[in-house]
Amino acid sequence: MIAFLIRRLLQAIAVMAVVALCAFFMFQFVGDPVNQMVGEDATNEDREYLREQLGLNDPIPVQFANFAIKAAQGDFGVSYQHKRKVSILILERMPATLELAVTAAIIAALLGVPAGVYTGLRRFGFTSKLIMTLSLVGISLPTFLIGILLIYLFAVILGWLPSFGRGEVVKLGTWETNYLSVSGLKSIILPAVTLGLFQMTFIMRLIRSEMLEVLRADFIKFARARGLPNRLVHYGHALKNTLVPVITIIGLQLGSLIAFAIITETVFQWPGMGQLFLQAVQVVDIPIMAAYLILIAFFFVVINLIVDMLYYVVDPRLRVDLPSGGGHG
Amino acid sequence: MVEQTTESAHPSVPVTEISAGLPSTWHRIWDSDVFYSFRASKVTMVAAFVTFMIFFLATFAPLVAPHSPFDVATIDLMDAELPPAWEAEGDQRFLLGTDNLGRDLWSTILYGTRISLVVGFLSVIFGLVVGVSLGLISGYVGGFVDAFIMRVAEIQLSIPSILIALLVAGTLRGVLSAEAYNDAIVYVLVLTIGTSIWPQFARTVRGSTLVERNKEYVLAARVIGLSRLAIMVRHVLPNVMGPVLVIATINLAIAILTEATLSFLGVGVPPTEPSLGTMISEGQNYLFSGLWWITIFPGIVLAALVLAVNLLGDWLRDALNPKLR
Repeated sequence: MIAFLIRRLLQAIAVMAVVALCAFFMFQFVGDPVNQMVGEDATNEDREYLREQLGLNDPIPVQFANFAIKAAQGDFGVSYQHKRKVSILILERMPATLELAVTAAIIAALLGVPAGVYTGLRRFGFTSKLIMTLSLVGISLPTFLIGILLIYLFAVILGWLPSFGRGEVVKLGTWETNYLSVSGLKSIILPAVTLGLFQMTFIMRLIRSEMLEVLRADFIKFARARGLPNRLVHYGHALKNTLVPVITIIGLQLGSLIAFAIITETVFQWPGMGQLFLQAVQVVDIPIMAAYLILIAFFFVVINLIVDMLYYVVDPRLRVDLPSGGGHG
Repeated sequence: MVEQTTESAHPSVPVTEISAGLPSTWHRIWDSDVFYSFRASKVTMVAAFVTFMIFFLATFAPLVAPHSPFDVATIDLMDAELPPAWEAEGDQRFLLGTDNLGRDLWSTILYGTRISLVVGFLSVIFGLVVGVSLGLISGYVGGFVDAFIMRVAEIQLSIPSILIALLVAGTLRGVLSAEAYNDAIVYVLVLTIGTSIWPQFARTVRGSTLVERNKEYVLAARVIGLSRLAIMVRHVLPNVMGPVLVIATINLAIAILTEATLSFLGVGVPPTEPSLGTMISEGQNYLFSGLWWITIFPGIVLAALVLAVNLLGDWLRDALNPKLR
């Protein structure tokens, strides 16, 4: 167990180091930070002083070490565009993105699981085929187009829901939440549905194929032979056995939800991290880009690590030592 | 795998057909397994038709389109924001209506699809060349090189491709001046999108290469003293290309989507150039004034194109997989 954990942890650290190196090289290759920070009329001495202050005259490995140490402490420097600390900018906008992603995941699970069970049970029914066809169309529609269509339908034609922004947010300490006001709740519906739609079809298709497989298993036949009611067989026995891979996938998808939030936040002008990142890309604000890259990589690594450990807990076969020579990390 | 894709090399022509005289190439294609599964699936035939029509219309856009979105002389702001021809205020000259600048929407869509397709194809070719080469080297050479390439591919695969594309685009924006960036936008997008899709090619090719490298023909090639490069390119490569075709098709859909998304987000094709992504993005601003057609029509074309290519990819995967027959 401990050897397994240490190996996974070392791999995670290696991945983070590579990502940090990428982020560091973005600083090295793109523009001169001194030019970004001083005015047009700065003298050469000013520039040289700033260079020395920023440690830009140090050898590159030393610079990288400094960068990595600072990044590990959550210090990514000052944004060129906003002239404020990147860590504060990101922290301010993180609640909006996290609430959006979590709401999207909940919507996806609440709609995707029943739809998957239904299409798995009534495989040849008309409704099932309709749902499957619709999901195929849903997968082919790009996220931004789905968002625009939803805005057109529910905001422009029907006028039921707001089309942009977060509405009124309630402050809980430093965390601004959408969940505690009516306009906040109304505002989050469209973006969350847009973001969650792809995950929903994904979960649905996964559960459907898992259900089809499990329903053929012997223990289902036995449960039926015992005379258990259908409801208990389907939900108590079949669904329960499909959930292990589903939970894993949902966990892994949480990271991509945060990444795809970039698109959704643009469509709905949602003031989250994704919007901050996209603006940074447009004006080449390297500190924000680098911080976002490292942050997303960190999310992914942590989620992967948790999923790996869950596997280890759930699947006893993994506890037998893996053949040596696997894993290069 | 390869024998099934290139029908001229069909290995076993049944005896009855030989006695009836050698069948024409056309007949052999018609009777082949792959084409049979094509004929058997109506959905695939519709998808192929839609894909072909969009490719055809986009390729010959200058001949097909009634107006040119680039010719300023023919564009009149008085014609701006006209609804489609079948609506009451529509104009017969503009079948699908006009956009905010008075450009004919149908013509603009044709030219826009052209950019999307060019970027899509070039990106896939770029990703394919890089991915296949690295996968071949990784699988054949092995050792440290293999470990390094595969680790990079794994890390990249675990991060969503749109994020990689945005980061590459952002970095290139910093390296190039704004003008140079817009001038070279097609190459920038190809580099960006190609970079985000190469790992899939690399992993698949590496897997097949690991199988092939231990086969006797490779041993024979080594015995007669061929160089590593010659063995990799002339002997192993043709035998690992089968699945690559499937991945390329599916990635064409992804590349088209990514281009549209990047252009929509404002880091792709500049707003003045017509592309499906920029048209949808521009149209979004006019949605609230009820000008739905500026967004909806390019959206339909984009969705139809991606769906059709996806369906073709699905069919190709099943048709080329002998286990499913």
